[in-house]
Amino acid sequence: MTPRAIFPNKFLPYLLLAPQLAITAIFFYWPASQALYQSMLREDPFGLSTQFVGLANFRHVLNDPNYLHSFQVTIVFSVATALLAMVPALFLAVMADKVVRGRGIYRTLLIWPYAIAPAIAGMLWLFLFNPSIGSIAVMLRSLGVYWDPLLNGPQAVILVVAAAAWKQISYNFLFFVAGLQAIPKSLVEAAAIDGAGETKRFWTIIFPLLAPTTFFLLVINTVYAFFDTFGIIHAVTGGGPGKATETLVYKVYNDGFVNLLLGESAAQSVILMVIVVALTAVQFRYVERRVHYG
Amino acid sequence: MATVDLKNIRKIYPGGFEAVKKVNLAIRDGALCVLVGPSGCGKSTLLRMIAGLESITEGEIAIDGRMVNELGPAERDIAMVFQNYALYPHMSVYDNMAYGLRNRRMPKPEIDKRVREVAATLELDHLLTRRPRELSGGQRQRVAMGRAIVRNPKLFLFDEPLSNLDAKLRGQMRVEIKNLQRSLGVTSVYVTHDQLEAMTLADVLVVMNAGNVEQIGAPLDIYEKPATLFVASFIGAPPMNLLPLRHGEGRAALADGTEIGGSGLSLSGEATTLGIRPENLFLVTNNDEIGGNAIFEIVIRAIEPVGAESFIYGDVGKTRLVVRVAGKTAMEPGAKIHVGAKVADLHVFDDAGIRI
Repeated sequence: MTPRAIFPNKFLPYLLLAPQLAITAIFFYWPASQALYQSMLREDPFGLSTQFVGLANFRHVLNDPNYLHSFQVTIVFSVATALLAMVPALFLAVMADKVVRGRGIYRTLLIWPYAIAPAIAGMLWLFLFNPSIGSIAVMLRSLGVYWDPLLNGPQAVILVVAAAAWKQISYNFLFFVAGLQAIPKSLVEAAAIDGAGETKRFWTIIFPLLAPTTFFLLVINTVYAFFDTFGIIHAVTGGGPGKATETLVYKVYNDGFVNLLLGESAAQSVILMVIVVALTAVQFRYVERRVHYG
Repeated sequence: MATVDLKNIRKIYPGGFEAVKKVNLAIRDGALCVLVGPSGCGKSTLLRMIAGLESITEGEIAIDGRMVNELGPAERDIAMVFQNYALYPHMSVYDNMAYGLRNRRMPKPEIDKRVREVAATLELDHLLTRRPRELSGGQRQRVAMGRAIVRNPKLFLFDEPLSNLDAKLRGQMRVEIKNLQRSLGVTSVYVTHDQLEAMTLADVLVVMNAGNVEQIGAPLDIYEKPATLFVASFIGAPPMNLLPLRHGEGRAALADGTEIGGSGLSLSGEATTLGIRPENLFLVTNNDEIGGNAIFEIVIRAIEPVGAESFIYGDVGKTRLVVRVAGKTAMEPGAKIHVGAKVADLHVFDDAGIRI
């Protein structure tokens, strides 16, 4: 526990907090309250009148097969993205940990993709895999793969998952490297003397000791896949083909800003708000309470 | 149980630093060999080379007559106790001890039997389900020992295993380790920077400095006849008094011109340093004690009573001298006294720090 600072003046603490509070109020509480309010209204097609409808929007959204489909897409997308972002990151981190010379260079290079904006990353992948002009698409086709993410749903999902995961690998890599460094070398040496081969050492010593890092990243990556991949999806598929890559966040945008169903879109964003609150609670509950070994 | 032979062992790190320079050492079956020296002297590097955790730049290491240079740590049939114990934090005490046996595919009932036997010897039976973080320092130390013993290896390696314990526990564990090693009869190599630990534990003591072996021998032999100036200053507490000598023949005198009294002391021209252990010095009260002794006049600067003994710090000429006397002393700082040492108890070293 750090000792608490005691302010003799009652207003000074609030004054010092004011900028942060103002930002939170303007950019979070106000829009959130607007969304809550909006989610209980229905607007006529021309935006001339609104009508209070209570929870009707929620009822409608939750019974909408499109919404449930979008839920499914989001879950598949998130699980796939988290896995695809974490497994290679762990592999790279373990490899980079073994490098003796030029360790810093490898790490720096592997961190770069994180600095690329989501939309740019999306464009990159779009160009590489564009069925008509993409260089990798050409290669795939010459290998006999009928590659067309513009028409083929599963392929579109694969493409956005790959683009989203690729960007996140760097971030995960960084945390895994730090996690690996925190494992005392003598533990690995003791295991080597105890007759465990390299693979066995990894699965019985290193991997269990990385568990806190892995869990933390799992939560972070899920949140990322849920909420921060709008830019990539928007750039690569725009939610299509059909609704194959329309995640919950993308649907909020589509329904609200494209289809102008403001009430339903607001109801969806309220549901998302509940999900993000739950995920944050999980993160605080389990991740903040870091496991201490000693 | 095994012998260990090191032949011309060298270790040069990629940066060019030579951590170990041409070490030769033969450890007989069942002996407890202690490597002692200040930090950075290469003792841990040497131990890690025996363990297979560090590559060998030059030379040969043989365990039980078999060259092990190219063998991995697992194939050398050794067990090691680390300074920080290196217990697997996510495993129970039982699993920590069983880990090595499982890796060697020992049948389960056999593992269980061995772990429980060793746990009983080390009084760990009631802790088997605990995690390492739920144990005290002494208990962790015991688990680390248990993990080594349960494997029943040819060779035990200890890397400063007691340095994380408090003084009282350290003394206790020291005795325990010695007894265990004796009763198991397993050849052991023990690294420490603590000379008391080294003296009390060792069958064979190896004093190292700056990558070189300074002296190998039984602890008391080393104590009584240190081969070099370094060994003389490193072994013994408080350390040996080292007095620089005046060059040239003639009456023995210190470098600052202070003459050494008494009779029977004759020094060769090569002698540059005179060593006297604090406990070999005695207070001279009358002239009868001059024969066969070297006598120094000292001015007392400070007195440290420690209970059973007292240390008198004084100056002979410009050199600081420590005298150990039994019990308490009534002397006061500032007083001039005479102290003497038997000529047979003196250690003389030449320019290169080699015993004459």
